[in-house]
Amino acid sequence: MKKTRTLFFVAVSVLLFSCKKDTTITKFPEEIQFVIPPGWASAHYDFSTNKLTTNGFILGRKLFYETKLSQNNAISCGSCHQQQFAFSNQYHALSAGVNGVLGTRNAPALSNLAWQTNFMWDGGITNLEVMPLAPLTNHFEMNETINNVVNKLQNDATYPYLFNNAFGTTTISSQLLLKALAQFMGMLVSSGSKYDKYEKGETSFSTNEMNGLNLFTQKCATCHTTPLFTNLQFMNFGLDSLFNDPGRAGITGAASDSGTFKVPSLRNVALSSPYMHDGRFATLADVLEHYSTGIVHSSTLSPLLNTIAPLTSMEKQDLILFLNTLTDSTFITDARFKNPN
Amino acid sequence: MKKQFFLFFLIAVFISSCKKDAPVNLNPAGSVIFKFINMAGDSNLILNNIKTYINAHNDTFSVHTFKYYISNIKLTRNDGTIFSEKESYHLIDAGNSKRTQFTLANVPYGNYTAVSFIIGVDSVRNFSGAQTGDLDPALGMFWMWDTGYIFAELAGSSPQDTAHGLNHFFSYAIIGYSGQYNALKTVRLPFYSDTAKVSPLITPQVNLKADVLEWFKTPTIISFAAVPFTDLPNQTTLNFANNYADMFTLQSIRN
Repeated sequence: MKKTRTLFFVAVSVLLFSCKKDTTITKFPEEIQFVIPPGWASAHYDFSTNKLTTNGFILGRKLFYETKLSQNNAISCGSCHQQQFAFSNQYHALSAGVNGVLGTRNAPALSNLAWQTNFMWDGGITNLEVMPLAPLTNHFEMNETINNVVNKLQNDATYPYLFNNAFGTTTISSQLLLKALAQFMGMLVSSGSKYDKYEKGETSFSTNEMNGLNLFTQKCATCHTTPLFTNLQFMNFGLDSLFNDPGRAGITGAASDSGTFKVPSLRNVALSSPYMHDGRFATLADVLEHYSTGIVHSSTLSPLLNTIAPLTSMEKQDLILFLNTLTDSTFITDARFKNPN
Repeated sequence: MKKQFFLFFLIAVFISSCKKDAPVNLNPAGSVIFKFINMAGDSNLILNNIKTYINAHNDTFSVHTFKYYISNIKLTRNDGTIFSEKESYHLIDAGNSKRTQFTLANVPYGNYTAVSFIIGVDSVRNFSGAQTGDLDPALGMFWMWDTGYIFAELAGSSPQDTAHGLNHFFSYAIIGYSGQYNALKTVRLPFYSDTAKVSPLITPQVNLKADVLEWFKTPTIISFAAVPFTDLPNQTTLNFANNYADMFTLQSIRN
């Protein structure tokens, strides 16, 4: 009987360990978990098809800051999406790629990507996992091929080990690369701003901030819907009458989409200058001036912008004070999101 | 005795525990090879800029790229049962000899009388995130800036294409998995008097011809001057898909 038990124990042990090749677990302060902030809708991105693990997140983070993703090994995702600017870039109106080539659009701030239905200013990308392929291969950005990236990582001393930790295989594929990146990007949740604390009753707004919130609710919130501060729609913001950049129409081919772009989230907006798809406005004051007095009429202009009463200078000031409350200092200093390299 | 049986049982569990995809051969099954012979009318398709062909609009052209997805393959047996391949996505590339045929495995024995498949990639896989195998975006058939697979691609050169300078390069990337410009096409090919006889001794090879001239012919005649390129879901792209829906014909079955 005793022998049977031993035998059983040995067999079960072998069984349990047989499937895991090298399960050295990297220590992390706390297990990574995707938490939906109270009151928010469920996420659009489906983590059930890409099980979030601490090791997967760690790998995704390393990849996000990995310069080998670019043709000349000089830039990473994090080069244009810097944490201190809420994963945007304050220095470039247009994203600068390898060899300093300028792209045609401004790198947006990144947060709450798991709730987005479309990515890019024109919304051409419909799944978080395949989002990195666009900048990775674009001539104006990282200008690299998927096969080269996979080969570079496969021949790296560390990555096969990290992929094994995350996915149980040392064989790197584009699929696993993208799933790891999606785990990191999906975890970039910003919900700890002063505004969020105010909503939870944990802090109070000044009179000016309060006034700004009221103005925002009246004039801006139809498109910049809470809690994401975007309705995820495509609009013509009244920037031009001739569309050098077709925007959404470049994807749909529909004339009614000409010059329309994705309504950006305003979370951390004070950190993510310059503004608009081409980074034409340097400051929030410029943006407000545009909506106050600078709307350019065209056939696809959002009807919501047809008749706008100019803002007084006091209103502009209060709106900016309110927009400042959307800065999430926890998010931009979160050690989990920092460059580990 | 009981102990031995127990040990045997545990070993059996152990052996089977690591292989997720170990085929459980409940029904005896074999394989079928599908080979694609790429043609331009009666000529074998040669990918270079010297060999030229003439389309239904009387335009001259050469071809440097011809690729397409064959997916959701179903085989009909003579008793009416249908075999559907799982994870059925195959990229055919006329320019890569390793990608002009594939083998269907786990096909139950029997005599098969017809095949059906989709040209392209079904809508679900277009927005399901990062894929692998023949759907790996590294294979160049994934539209990075406008999420979705290119169902079929035909590119080359024609003097009648005046939009692309001296090279006269035309390129047609057929995409669009939903709405009014859904370009997914289902092909049904009966084997008629032929039969694919899947048995322990025979792995039949089904040879299918794919004719690039069909892209330009029926129901819509397309000229290079009018359509030098297409890469969006629109009526032009759909015209190509409607045209090429009948580009496949059965050449032969080797049993």
